[in-house]
Amino acid sequence: MATTTAASPGAPSRFDIRRLPFLIFLTAATFAFVYPLVWLVSASLKPRSQVFDNELIPRVFQPENYARVFDTAPVMRWLVNSLTVGFMAAAAVTLSSALVAFGFAYFRFRGRNLLFGVLLSTMMLPGAVTMIPVYLIWNRLGMIDTQIPLWAQNLFGSAFYVFLLRQFFLGIPRELFEAARVDGCGYFSMFRRIAFPLCKPALVIVFVFEFKASWSDLMKPLIYLQTPDYFTMPRGLKSIIDAFALSGHYEWEIAIAASVIAVVPMIVLFAFGQRYILDGVATTAQKG
Amino acid sequence: MTATVEQVATDGQAEPVRRGRRPQRSPLARQEDRAGWMFVAPWVIGFLVFTAGPMIASLVLSFTDYQMIQAPQSVGLDNYRELFNDPRVLKSLSNTFVYAAMFVPLGTIFALVLAMMLMRVGKAGGFFRTAFYLPEMTPAVAAGAMFLLLLNGQQGLVNKVLGWVGINGPNWTTDPNWLKPSLAMVSLWTLGGTVVIYLAALNGVPKQLYEAADLDGAGPLTKFFRITVPMISGALFFTVITNTIAAMQMFDQAYTMFYGPQQKASASEESLVYMVYLFQNAFQFFKMGFASAMAWLLFVIILLITFLQFRIGNRYVYYHGER
Repeated sequence: MATTTAASPGAPSRFDIRRLPFLIFLTAATFAFVYPLVWLVSASLKPRSQVFDNELIPRVFQPENYARVFDTAPVMRWLVNSLTVGFMAAAAVTLSSALVAFGFAYFRFRGRNLLFGVLLSTMMLPGAVTMIPVYLIWNRLGMIDTQIPLWAQNLFGSAFYVFLLRQFFLGIPRELFEAARVDGCGYFSMFRRIAFPLCKPALVIVFVFEFKASWSDLMKPLIYLQTPDYFTMPRGLKSIIDAFALSGHYEWEIAIAASVIAVVPMIVLFAFGQRYILDGVATTAQKG
Repeated sequence: MTATVEQVATDGQAEPVRRGRRPQRSPLARQEDRAGWMFVAPWVIGFLVFTAGPMIASLVLSFTDYQMIQAPQSVGLDNYRELFNDPRVLKSLSNTFVYAAMFVPLGTIFALVLAMMLMRVGKAGGFFRTAFYLPEMTPAVAAGAMFLLLLNGQQGLVNKVLGWVGINGPNWTTDPNWLKPSLAMVSLWTLGGTVVIYLAALNGVPKQLYEAADLDGAGPLTKFFRITVPMISGALFFTVITNTIAAMQMFDQAYTMFYGPQQKASASEESLVYMVYLFQNAFQFFKMGFASAMAWLLFVIILLITFLQFRIGNRYVYYHGER
């Protein structure tokens, strides 16, 4: 049973033997979390007959699996599509949510509290409720089988991010804005010159979160995209898994190599944005 | 501009005096009204077009038969009657509940245990925190494909590891009884976010509380239930609610692992979660009216669950200094 005796404030810096059992357990947990990904990379380099051999180092290296993935499917297109859609989705939602959040944080306008209450309550709404009519809207606009429905809604802000950014904007001392106003600063330049730069870390968090969400999303691409050339990476990966592995051909090495291709950009993003991401996750719950 | 001076002069006095009639707002207040609405306008427009409008439309559609070929035909309550007569609706609903009942409590407990251990290892905690979060970066489709292999009954790594300790693992991905535990396992692998949240909450618990408890001779269990749990109850509550809502809408993993164009008609219904069946009705069978009714049923269920959780939560959750 884990206990919660907090480390004493002046904990000695040299190694504490009492930590050992925890370190062992945590190392085991780390294997459970990380090893599947290592396994995936390793299996992606094996010939078909050895995919399941669970050896860490492939007995026979077969990097041609990757060449076959790129030959059999427009994977390069999918990566570019996912990057484009992800960037559009993230940029749109960051900018619009920041504007709206600033509106809620700074101005005391009529109906603000009611409006903010409505905004908070939309976070409870399951996507399924609006999914069909929104599909019918895009259908009416002739946007089915284009990538626009995958990100265009983000131009109008997203309740959760508005809520999060508003908390950050509220943390900026009001005197800063008043001083700017005395100096003849307009509302928009107050947003652009003061609020926006001061909340850069929060904006990066929103951008990275939305990019990650967009990169991982399967349902919207399933609903809106039909032409394989327009697929995003998860949608394309699903079609590869269906065609090569689940169809009865059991060419798992192809599906695995394609999975690795879908994962790697996210790992790179994590490597660079790690601090932002982890701190972001931690603050979301505290602000929430 | 003399705006600020004006505001001081008018804002404080003008409003209380003219109560009763429509309060005359100062030019500056009206200007602020206008500016505020300008800033929130994108969301207001988006809300009307993509949330409020579609909500009404979907409610209306749920009383119709609409297959996208011809205009919706009103069918009264037929779709709702069908909800309770279609065995697959009930089956998918119970599948979803079973999955959530496995994932949410186990996820909460595992994440809490891991977070509390991270508190005990000093600086090394940062490394483990990063390692635990890594799976969250994996797109659900890739994670689904990966677990289809790891959970393979004959050759999968999971059963191999279980074999080391003498357990004969089941056919996770093909035995109907084990499909939902498999789905829960995939979700448990992406637990890192919850761990990070708990860790932040644990870091916020004042150390003096534990020291005081030590002086009083409190044991570890007492300290856990009397200090730790109440002090991080806000974070626990937040994650339980968001994880439950997410679990009720789980789609990506189940669809990746068990559904798609090649799925056999005889495929087990044990993996059919609610959102998969809703998706099939809407975009494969084009029963838009029925799917809308399903969506509203899900909405009502989620509202009920969240309401219940809030009722229970309000009794136990301690908000630092806010109540």
